[in-house]
Amino acid sequence: MTAEAAAIRTGPAARRPLFRRRSAIPGFTLTLGVTLTVLSLIVLIPLSAVALKAAELSPEQFVAAAFSERALAAYRLTFGAAFVAAAINGVFGVLTAWALVRYDFPGKTLVNALVDLPFALPTAVAGIALATLYSPNGWIGAYLTPLGIKAAYNPIGVTIALIFIGLPFVVRTIEPVLRDLSNDVEEAAASLGAGRLSTIARIVLPALGPSWLTGFALAFARGVGEYGSVIFIAGNMPYKSEIAPLLIIIQLEQFEYANAAAIALVMLGVSFLMLLVINAVQAWARRFS
Amino acid sequence: MAAPRLSTEDPAWAKALIITLVLVFLGLVLVLPLAAVFAEALRKGLQPALDAIANPDAIAAVKLTLLTAAITVPFNVVFGLCAAWAVAKHEFPGKSLLITLIDLPFSVSPVVAGLIYVLVFGLQGWFGDHLVDNGVRIIFAVPGIVLATIFVTFPFIARELIPLMQEQGTSEEEAAVSMGASGLYTFWRVTTPNVRWGLLYGVLLCNARAMGEFGAVSVVSGHIRGLTNTMPLHVEILYNEYDFVGAFAVAALLCLLAIVTLVLKTALEVAQPGAGRRGH
Repeated sequence: MTAEAAAIRTGPAARRPLFRRRSAIPGFTLTLGVTLTVLSLIVLIPLSAVALKAAELSPEQFVAAAFSERALAAYRLTFGAAFVAAAINGVFGVLTAWALVRYDFPGKTLVNALVDLPFALPTAVAGIALATLYSPNGWIGAYLTPLGIKAAYNPIGVTIALIFIGLPFVVRTIEPVLRDLSNDVEEAAASLGAGRLSTIARIVLPALGPSWLTGFALAFARGVGEYGSVIFIAGNMPYKSEIAPLLIIIQLEQFEYANAAAIALVMLGVSFLMLLVINAVQAWARRFS
Repeated sequence: MAAPRLSTEDPAWAKALIITLVLVFLGLVLVLPLAAVFAEALRKGLQPALDAIANPDAIAAVKLTLLTAAITVPFNVVFGLCAAWAVAKHEFPGKSLLITLIDLPFSVSPVVAGLIYVLVFGLQGWFGDHLVDNGVRIIFAVPGIVLATIFVTFPFIARELIPLMQEQGTSEEEAAVSMGASGLYTFWRVTTPNVRWGLLYGVLLCNARAMGEFGAVSVVSGHIRGLTNTMPLHVEILYNEYDFVGAFAVAALLCLLAIVTLVLKTALEVAQPGAGRRGH
């Protein structure tokens, strides 16, 4: 009975060979070997250095380095600004994708190419350009100053930079899904008497939900780690406008390597969490398609 | 009576409103920064901008940036082809974990990417003493810059090729092999022609990021003028010294690189609608 039970418990999966179907195509060992070696040497082993370095600290030292008042203020700013920027991109990203997929307008090819600018433009260039635009006497800043709005050298500036960086993630994630969305359901809804607005709210937007969430998460994750475009416009005042990646650099410059690793470990933890969320959302989305 | 509107078409006013909103938003967020770079670079005329680019330190920065990209891009092409061949043409357990790990550098902050190499190769790092004894410098030198750039661009080409090669399946390669072609011959004559546009697309994005990377390179470079300064780092130094014309002149060069990248990318998408748009 026990043997039978064991066989049932492990099931056919246990007897299935590890490699279900041997491929006729050669080169598997070589290419997988190269892939694993390079991945380990360039990515995995160096990344483990962060954890090992942070482990040199005692728990109290770790908390003091990773969760000091200054670090907590930096996390609040980094995550808060990344969230607000991703939310704003969530709105305008959908509109942009909608216009690109559904409408024809002059200059559409140009607009389409332009959406990828943040992928192609070096972040430092974006940083100094945004800082110049939004500084009190810049092209945009000059109009904001009389209104009593200060857009540069404070958390608003950080958010502006992250809006720039995150936009294509949202647009490019939603666009293909919107393109594949069949017209039939919309026509059915309309023919059953639904108004256009109600069709969009009840049929189109729910179908875009998973890709919207994925785009939001990608933009948020990128924003959390972003450095180059932010530091020029942030002002970098401790407790006020200092982002977490900058804090790592400051610790490094003081040769406090373990402290830098502690902060980096917290950020890596958040990155892994975001990666899990993105994968979960995509798996969830696949169940519906 | 007006012709009945298609049931799934938005009313004209909504169309106009959305297009206007999008154009204004993109104008503010994307076009103005681009325009500002060129305007600031040419603020005092063309000559000072050209002088800033002809400055020896600027030229050294351009050379280092080109060198970095010239090592990084081929490295990632070889790695991307290897990874895609293993993942897309074969079955093995842990495949999705491997793909996630290849994508990992995208989720790591560039600053952390620089930090990890300082921890491994820096003076206090794992190999610090050993490197010093042998007179090898990696951190605050060119090898560190190249390593950090490879890290941040690591997934670009692989993640472009893997889905493309998965989509194409294995039947063509199997046919070639069964008719007696060697693995290498099959790869060059069957696989490579099928993925060349996707590969080119990945190379374009990888190159743009390699030439423009700032955070990771900034951590490992040491900012030694004329020696370990890439173009983005040179922009930062000039900007922090209030040499705005110089900073924006070099930045304008990088903008041109971005524009060329976008033009080539658009041309590629028009010529080969299948290329790109695969990521995420």
